[in-house]
Amino acid sequence: MIKARINQIDVEVPEGTSILDAARQVQVKIPTLCKHKDLLPTAACGICIVRNKGSNKLIRSCCTPLENDMEITTHDHDIVDVRRATLELILSNHPQACLNCGRNGECELQSLAADFNIPMESIKRYVRDTPPDTSTGSIVIDFEKCIKCGRCIQVCQEMQNVWALSFLDRGINTRMAPAGDITLAESPCVKCGQCSAHCPTGAIVENDETPAVWEALHDPEKVCVVQIAPSVRVTLGEAFGLPPGTNLTKKLYAALRRLGFKAVFDTNFSADVTIVEEASEFIQRFAHKRGPLPLITSCCPSWTDFMEKNHWDFIDNFSTAKSPQQILGVLAKTYYAEKMKIDPAKLYMVSIMPCTAKKYELSRTEEMYASGHKDVDVSLTTRELARMLKQSGIDFLNLADAEPDSVLGEYSGAGTIFGATGGVMEAAIRTAYFYATGKKLEKVEVDAVRGLDGVKQGEISVNGAKVRVAVAHGLANVEEVLNRVRAARKAGQELPYHFIEVMACPGGCIGGGGQPYGVDNKRRTQRSAGLYQDDRDCPVRHSHENPEVIRLYKEFLGQPLSDKAHHLLHTQYTARPVYQR
Amino acid sequence: MKPLSRTDLEALARSPASDPAEWIRVQLDTGGIAAGAEIVFNEINRIRLERQLPIALLRAGSVGYSFADPVVEVQARGMPRVHYGRVDAQVAGRIISEHCGTHQLVDEHVIATRRRSLTLTDPVTHILVRDTGPESGNKTEFFQFSLTEELKRRGLAGKVQVVRALDMGVYDKGIVVQLLPSAVTYANVLASDVARIVTKSVAGGKVLEELLWKETDKQVRVVLRNCGAIDPDSLEDYLGRAQGYQGFRRALLELTPEQVIGELKASGLRGRGGAGFPTWLKWQLTRAQPAAQRYVICNGDEGDPGAFMDRSVLESDPHSVLEGMMIAAYAMGSSQGYFYIRAEYPRAVERIERAIVQAREAGLLGENILGTGFSFNAKVRLGAGAFVCGEETALIASIEGKRGSPSPRPPYPSVRGLWGKPTAINNVETLASVPAILLRGGAWFAGLGTESSKGTKVFAVTGKVRNAQLVEVPMGTTLHDIVYDVCGGVLDGKDIKGVQTGGPSGGVIPSQHLDTPISYETLQKLGSIMGSGGMLVMDQHDSMVEVAKFYLRFCVDESCGKCAPCRIGGYQMLQILDRISRGRGSPADLVTIRRICSAMQKASLCGLGQTAPNPVLSTLRYFDEEYKAYLEGGPSYARKMSRASTAEPAREPAKPAVAP
Repeated sequence: MIKARINQIDVEVPEGTSILDAARQVQVKIPTLCKHKDLLPTAACGICIVRNKGSNKLIRSCCTPLENDMEITTHDHDIVDVRRATLELILSNHPQACLNCGRNGECELQSLAADFNIPMESIKRYVRDTPPDTSTGSIVIDFEKCIKCGRCIQVCQEMQNVWALSFLDRGINTRMAPAGDITLAESPCVKCGQCSAHCPTGAIVENDETPAVWEALHDPEKVCVVQIAPSVRVTLGEAFGLPPGTNLTKKLYAALRRLGFKAVFDTNFSADVTIVEEASEFIQRFAHKRGPLPLITSCCPSWTDFMEKNHWDFIDNFSTAKSPQQILGVLAKTYYAEKMKIDPAKLYMVSIMPCTAKKYELSRTEEMYASGHKDVDVSLTTRELARMLKQSGIDFLNLADAEPDSVLGEYSGAGTIFGATGGVMEAAIRTAYFYATGKKLEKVEVDAVRGLDGVKQGEISVNGAKVRVAVAHGLANVEEVLNRVRAARKAGQELPYHFIEVMACPGGCIGGGGQPYGVDNKRRTQRSAGLYQDDRDCPVRHSHENPEVIRLYKEFLGQPLSDKAHHLLHTQYTARPVYQR
Repeated sequence: MKPLSRTDLEALARSPASDPAEWIRVQLDTGGIAAGAEIVFNEINRIRLERQLPIALLRAGSVGYSFADPVVEVQARGMPRVHYGRVDAQVAGRIISEHCGTHQLVDEHVIATRRRSLTLTDPVTHILVRDTGPESGNKTEFFQFSLTEELKRRGLAGKVQVVRALDMGVYDKGIVVQLLPSAVTYANVLASDVARIVTKSVAGGKVLEELLWKETDKQVRVVLRNCGAIDPDSLEDYLGRAQGYQGFRRALLELTPEQVIGELKASGLRGRGGAGFPTWLKWQLTRAQPAAQRYVICNGDEGDPGAFMDRSVLESDPHSVLEGMMIAAYAMGSSQGYFYIRAEYPRAVERIERAIVQAREAGLLGENILGTGFSFNAKVRLGAGAFVCGEETALIASIEGKRGSPSPRPPYPSVRGLWGKPTAINNVETLASVPAILLRGGAWFAGLGTESSKGTKVFAVTGKVRNAQLVEVPMGTTLHDIVYDVCGGVLDGKDIKGVQTGGPSGGVIPSQHLDTPISYETLQKLGSIMGSGGMLVMDQHDSMVEVAKFYLRFCVDESCGKCAPCRIGGYQMLQILDRISRGRGSPADLVTIRRICSAMQKASLCGLGQTAPNPVLSTLRYFDEEYKAYLEGGPSYARKMSRASTAEPAREPAKPAVAP
């Protein structure tokens, strides 16, 4: 343990703790613009400087470990003055467009500038005129607003192993941009949006599609329906000041109806359908040896994109079942439209997702138009929905609870945990176990696949056979798992895993790139806890027992993996190599 | 070359190789070649073969006389050994036919030796003469004439030749005369002294005490000891004529690694890259890290405007640097070294690469060197020329193939360096000093220099100075001595305004402080730094605002852009300075400049940003009236100033090469 003093307060921290973190422990807040709890310090902004007694130099608290007997001063006239001058410099290189910025009110730079009460500018503004990159339709990079903190690059390279973003040029011309100065769409970007979730300013934001949704809602010709993703229910509250993990499912149904949606569906329902299809696929491959193992989940669009770009040798291992978003979309425009006798052409499906990549998934392949129309018309992130609710004048938090619309609204506990890493695996195990054994799994919680470890592994005994599973989240953790499979294949050994779940974002969808800002591991845990509580509260905890799912197969699809199910609920993948690191 | 054994090396230490009787050595470093040294070399070779002359033609690096490139050194039978400067093909022809043939020195090209003698040991054969006063009243030819006439009168015509020298090594001392071969030098010679010199000294063999110039040369060559004297492409030359690899032999065979570090500690050698960190401590810290692999890196990323010490050493004496690295590796327990050299130094790269190959062939690199069990290999890595890659952590990132931006320290490279392993990074000059220290002992080195800064330092003196050249002086020598005594003072006899030291990270030292003895600490106190050793002389016509702008622009261009204070601060400050220099500044601008300087110094991540404000701050400190003149004088004053000043601080001396 290290013993030292910060602002004359005794502090004791484990060795290696940075001065910044140590100071937090004694209620001293050192401002920073570049350090993020998820990431190693980049030491770029120069705001977090402090002074050690006896030294003339100011040191960066983000990357300097506390040492024994240090006497740190975090705020004195000189330090604050240097901080202020540095902040003024950063502001002099930043457009003053706060009121029109996607991050207005939620921007770290803006709030720091407010704290410091920066008066009239003494330094002339210089912002290089650079057009934004809107090429992906999912993520918008506004280069002018970038403060070069390097978080997004660290996220893209180290956390996600995507290597789309990098620094180009040098000096004042230094800019964050896709490596090779191409557009983001041409780059290896998988649209996960983690860059936008970690950006301190409005330099990387989701492509705001709320205007299109408002227009549709006000269009009398359109029948607007909506679906909400599993994780959104436990994160949206943060945008309204509630603690992370607060479950707002029923208020959300009510609010969406008030916004003008004719029917409110729950993506949890289609998650259950995904599981029924995917578990059936797994049993085919595992028990009946039809198709290669391991089976790999495919409901995360960033992950499928990443796989097509980097790991296409695993295409045959991918579950062909579509993601819950697309399944709900196609069922709404076929099954529901038929039932309600609505012309599917008039149906306008909006999905509320934790995700920026879901925007890309809408038109990923032709199969996303299986209903004969665009199955899901617009996908909004949690952040966009929060803005819509605030604009609408709905006192969201005080609404009375409401129920979702039949026939695509009821869900099981297995569907709701899709939003957390390991959730898809856990849900699939519950159903696959039943399919294989005809018995219900006694202990439905699969603890081995829960939690925030980057790679989780488990073993489930099914009819005496061992099913080995692995769960990876955060794309940087994928390679390790896949390489184990590759090594075993090459050596002709037994496969290390039979079933693999991958979610692109750390923590799964609750940590998605479209979620409210301020994500860190504490929040990820709180958000997951909200979902696991929802699971426990559900009377039905197995996807195949969801009464509306049972009805769907009985009335519309027939059997899992039937021809009709295949036509509507399954998709394909193609290798699309890009440059790699 | 076949592998050397211990006994071979020991034998070389006892009996060094001898030179051929007659030779011409052409200094083929980048500066020399740019001035036409290859043309000279080829011309000499052509004549030599054509006339079948028994003169050896040798290659060398640079002795440091950049003002006189191309430089050729000649040894002929019965002649004093001399350096010729500003040699072209025609002069080369004259050197062969006159110097080697008729034993006549060539007028206007001889550079007098700095090893001046106080006694006349041999009969005088040649007299060098030069008027070292202001150029306008050049009396050199007059004195050549009167000395020659006087010799005739005494019947010595034909026996003693009077030659107009290019450079005497003594400056502003009126007529200076040097009697060869003894190199007795007279200064402030008057017309009335001519007869005495001829009768007493030339004919009588007596030294005229009242005229004798007794001051010895201020330079002490440790790092440059072999530069210009050996063939950089020849391991045999280095082994045979420069006690090459004897320091390494001593370290490897006679000392433990701890003792080597002890020797370095006794020497007091501090890093010559600029910061002055004790070299022994750097080695010890690296050695103390438990690790299976440690690395040693030679930082050859010299990039300051006007600095060319490292290039010159790498080109002129590559084996010394390699030997220094090998000693460092032995002391630290490293088995792999890297030379990080910028790609703009192709000759340095080529010569170091050749040195590595030669050392490997001779068994001095590789596995189990000299049967001791010590193994070491070295590789060259090219830098793309970014100034910031001279910073340790950025350099490491660059070698690893990453973007060359600095990372936070700690961890220091000695703990986590290249590929995460303990790494010691030493400057070229530091490593070149090491073999000399091992050879002559730490105490000898510590005997040079000052209390806190031991040894010698190489400076590249450029700008408005008469003789732009490499200078190596003991620490503690004053700037005045370097500029006036070694380099001949300001160009065209103008008044000096200041000397910029330390490159873009340094500051301007005004003329009133030129008497300060140079050390790491004193320069820092004056608001500058030692830096790697660039020294730029400025005269009264140089605008200090323009100088500050020049250096700041360099740092703005070279900033890696990683941290905000440096990236934005430098740019914004440059904009303000530019405004001031156009006469459109306001007094508030100076306040803003000081605030930005403070933020850059205190909040920048690496040395580049922390020191980039130095040229601005030091000119504000010593020449604030110039800034005020711009503020008060407005645009018309600014236009006047820009007409008056050529404002090109990094000027290379003009040295046209004329091919026949």
